[in-house]
Order: sequence, then C-alpha cells, then structure tokens
Amino acid sequence: MDTFLVLTPGPFTTVQDKGRFGYQHMGIPVSGVLDSFACRVANFLVGNPEGHAVLENTIIGPQLAVLRETDIALTGAEMDAKLNYKPIESWKTIRVKSGDVLTFQPVKSGCRGYLAVSGGIKVPEVMGSMSTYVGGKIGGYGGRPLKKGDIVGRCNGSLLDVPRYLPEKWIPRYPDKINLRTVAGPQDDHFDEGLTTLFQSEFLVTPKADRMGYRLQGTPIKHRENVPQSIISEPTMPGGIQVPADGQPIILLVEQTVGGYTKIATVISTDIPNIAQAVPGDLVKFEDVTLEKAHRIYSDHEKQIKAIAEAIAGP
Amino acid sequence: MESGVFEKANFRITGDCGLLVEYGEAIDPAVNQKVRSMAIVMQNNMPGGVIEIIPTYRSILIYYDPLITKPSILKETLTDLESSLSEIEIPPPKVVEIPVCYGGACGPDIEHVAQSHNLTPQEVIHLHSEPEYLIYMVGFTPGFPFLGGLPEVLHTPRLKTPRTQVPKGSVGIANGQTGVYPIASPGGWQLIGKTPIRLFAPERSNPFLYQAGDRIRFKPISSRDYQRLSDMEVK
Repeated sequence: MDTFLVLTPGPFTTVQDKGRFGYQHMGIPVSGVLDSFACRVANFLVGNPEGHAVLENTIIGPQLAVLRETDIALTGAEMDAKLNYKPIESWKTIRVKSGDVLTFQPVKSGCRGYLAVSGGIKVPEVMGSMSTYVGGKIGGYGGRPLKKGDIVGRCNGSLLDVPRYLPEKWIPRYPDKINLRTVAGPQDDHFDEGLTTLFQSEFLVTPKADRMGYRLQGTPIKHRENVPQSIISEPTMPGGIQVPADGQPIILLVEQTVGGYTKIATVISTDIPNIAQAVPGDLVKFEDVTLEKAHRIYSDHEKQIKAIAEAIAGP
Repeated sequence: MESGVFEKANFRITGDCGLLVEYGEAIDPAVNQKVRSMAIVMQNNMPGGVIEIIPTYRSILIYYDPLITKPSILKETLTDLESSLSEIEIPPPKVVEIPVCYGGACGPDIEHVAQSHNLTPQEVIHLHSEPEYLIYMVGFTPGFPFLGGLPEVLHTPRLKTPRTQVPKGSVGIANGQTGVYPIASPGGWQLIGKTPIRLFAPERSNPFLYQAGDRIRFKPISSRDYQRLSDMEVK
C-alpha cells in the first residue's frame, strides 16, 4: 500500500525494525533501530507489535507527501514536525490523509526520530528482517537510505478508533549530559587506572558517530603496562566500549560483528537508546554497575514497557 | 589435549546480554577446531534463552535473554556440553572450491606481490592456489572469510593507502592472511585475483557457501572461464 512519496529524504533516513538475528557469525550485524524504546512506543501507539519496521530519521527528518490515509506516530528526537505546515506533537497518534504533507525541522533535542505507521513500513524482508544495513547493502530500500522519489509502503493494518498517546511521565528527555550505566568487561583485566579514568572523567561525543559506533574524546584511557593493546579479533556486542591504542573510547553500536581492540566495559542494553540520541558536543559519563544490578534494571525496564503498552492500548 | 587449547574454558562477561567463552589465546588450528566443535554442539542443543552464538578465531560469544537465563546457568550447561564432546561425532568440515581468475584486471596487485618476493606471477598463483585454507572466522562484511595457512613466502604487507572501493569477489593478501571480499567495500589488502561466483546471495535460503571451521581451496581459472561463470551467476 503506497503511503508516502519522499519529497526530500533527510540526511540519513532508513527503514529499521527490531533487527536481523542469527547471522552475526556470517558477518551480518543485527542492525535494527538504535533507540529501541522510541521504536517500541511508536509501534504500540499505532497498534502494531513492538518490532515492526519504522523510519529512523537522523538529525533532520524527511519531507513526505501522504498518498494514503494512515495513522502515524512520531517518537524519539524532537524535530518540530509539521503536517501541512502546522505543528504536530510527538508521542501521540496523528491521522494523515492523501494530499497531506509531513515536514520536519533540524533536531532540537536528541538525534534520531522515529516514524511508525499503521501495519508497519513495508519493504522486502532480507534474511528475516526489513532493517537497512548500508555497509552490507541489504534491507530497506536496496540497502541504502531513502532518496527523493522513493515510494514508502505500509503493510495492512487497521486504523485506530480513537487517537492514542504516551502519558507524559514516560516521555524521555534527551539531555546534553548523558549517563551510561556499564558492566565491566570483557577485557577489564587489561586496565587498572584506566578504569578510574573511565568512571571519573567525562567524554565528549565527536562528529564521528554513526550506526557503527560513537567515537568519544577525553582523558586517554591507559591500558595496563605489558598487556597487548589489540587482541585476536573476537565478536563485538552493541554497547561495547573499545579502547584503541590512543586511549580514546569508541562505543560500538549495531553495525559491527567483530573487532580486535580491547573492550574495557559494555553499556547495558537499556542505556543504548541514551547514546543513540546523543549528538556531537554532548558529554558522556560512565557508571559502573554489577551484572546482577544490570539484570534487575533490564527486567524492571521490560516490566515498564509492558505497563506502557497497556496504558497506550487503554481499557 | 593440544597445547594451545585451554584446559578449562575462560568466561568473560560482555554486557547484560553477552557471555564470551574463550578456548585458547592464539591463532591455532587446534583452538579453532575446539571452537567449531563447541559451536556445533551448542547449535544442536541450544541452551534455553540463547538467542545467537558467534564463533570466531578462539572464542564464542553467546547472546542471551537475561529474562530467561544468566551466565551462571550458561557456564554450567557449557561445561556439561564440553565434557560430552568426546561422545559426539562432529561432522568433518566442508571443503569449498572457489574459482579465481588471477592477475590482470582481476588482480591488479599480483605483480607487486610477485616482485616483492622475487617470484613470477605464475609462481604466486601456484603457491596461493595450492593450500587448503582454514576459515578461522567470518566477519567484517557479510561472508568475508579470514583464512589461515597462507604460505610464508607470500606474506605481504597491506597497501599503504587502502582502496575506498574493492570490487566484489576480489581475492586479497594482508601479511599472513588471505581472504575474499564477498561485497564491494573499502579495503587495504593486496588484490591478486577475483572470483566470478557470488559468496553472499541474500535472496537464497542459504545465502553463504561456507562457515567458520570449513576450508577453502582456490582454483585458478582463465579470464574466459571467469566471464562464462559470471554470466551464469547473473542468470
């Protein structure tokens, strides 16, 4: 069902779903949305299962001409969306009709905005997922970001009887000082005072930040003496904090499967959205939590997601 | 037990959803064999809550759902599986033959590789296509095989300036490693040839011809055969 015509694509707008699992051993990263919270809420709002495909907009959203009636929900970064040049709100559903025009301004807070539609965005599934993996040229629109003239389709999905919204208390803020909780390892034993540096100083988000990873800048994190700074290449995990020889950390994200640098600590999965919404110039602080605490946070977060899904769906 | 293989697996916590299991600390066929065996055993008896496993040179990353399982349970399961290894028959690795058109436009760096070792391009081709290479790991791009066993006389440093675009199918050398680029991507390896066959076909039910632990042998072909085979791939 042709739903939008892309008038301008924005700098980096891709189709993403919950990710492509089961092929990392063949060099296919999970890809998928970077801010899973915003994606799940956007899907709940329009009445979809949480992992359906959405548009992930980076820094500036696209301009879209609406071709067919649908409900939409915008979540994530605040980009001053307008429908027919009148402001519309995020974190709630909006009914759009054929002939409408949807536009966005450069981001005001956060980095990545999400657009969900009734039934979910429709592109061919590649290896079990619609997610765009630009490096591997698969998923989404021929493995590339959207471009002018693309027609965005959606799957079958019924329109809502009543509009839905996310209660205010759950709407996240995207501050320019970001706290990331981490679990030490896998190579925390390659560091001693480097761990103190990691947890006691602040790091600047540099412009080298994309879906592969975020390069940070700050006091160099020193390896222990007499330990190798690189290791035999091994699998990487989203959230892994790589420390290359220059001591400037890189937070790995969803488009990498292997690497040969030591990882001092790993950002917990519930905090990945916080770094995904960071823009160059933001400051990052790391906090050390135990694995037990990380697992409690994970399970509390999933309970909260359930409560949100129920609150949105209503009685 | 072989010298390079750990007596007991070493576990490393990797965030709230990952457990890294190391079976040795060297690039060593015996260690990789252990990784392969454990990966096969795990695939066949996937412990509850495990989402995905990623075997590499000497370690396996286990991706788990912390609502269902946790590292302490996984460690126990893995130790049990490891002790049952001797009773389980591990299928022999596949040997995959990959046709390669060496030199010319397909392998622009073959002259340089030959000259730096006082060899003729013909000798490079012969030396490179002789061994059966072990696939230690697949990664970097979809289906990129990291191969061990390159004859020492062919070890050649990377290019000083990496290419921004290496053509799909290119066969390259970097120091002691050799491999094939399944898709066009940036890369700094010395290119000595090119295969006409597709090593990554996402539309097929099995998009790949091999996996880590299998073996690859390169078969030299003429440029006419290259053309014929690549026409067949297009169809």
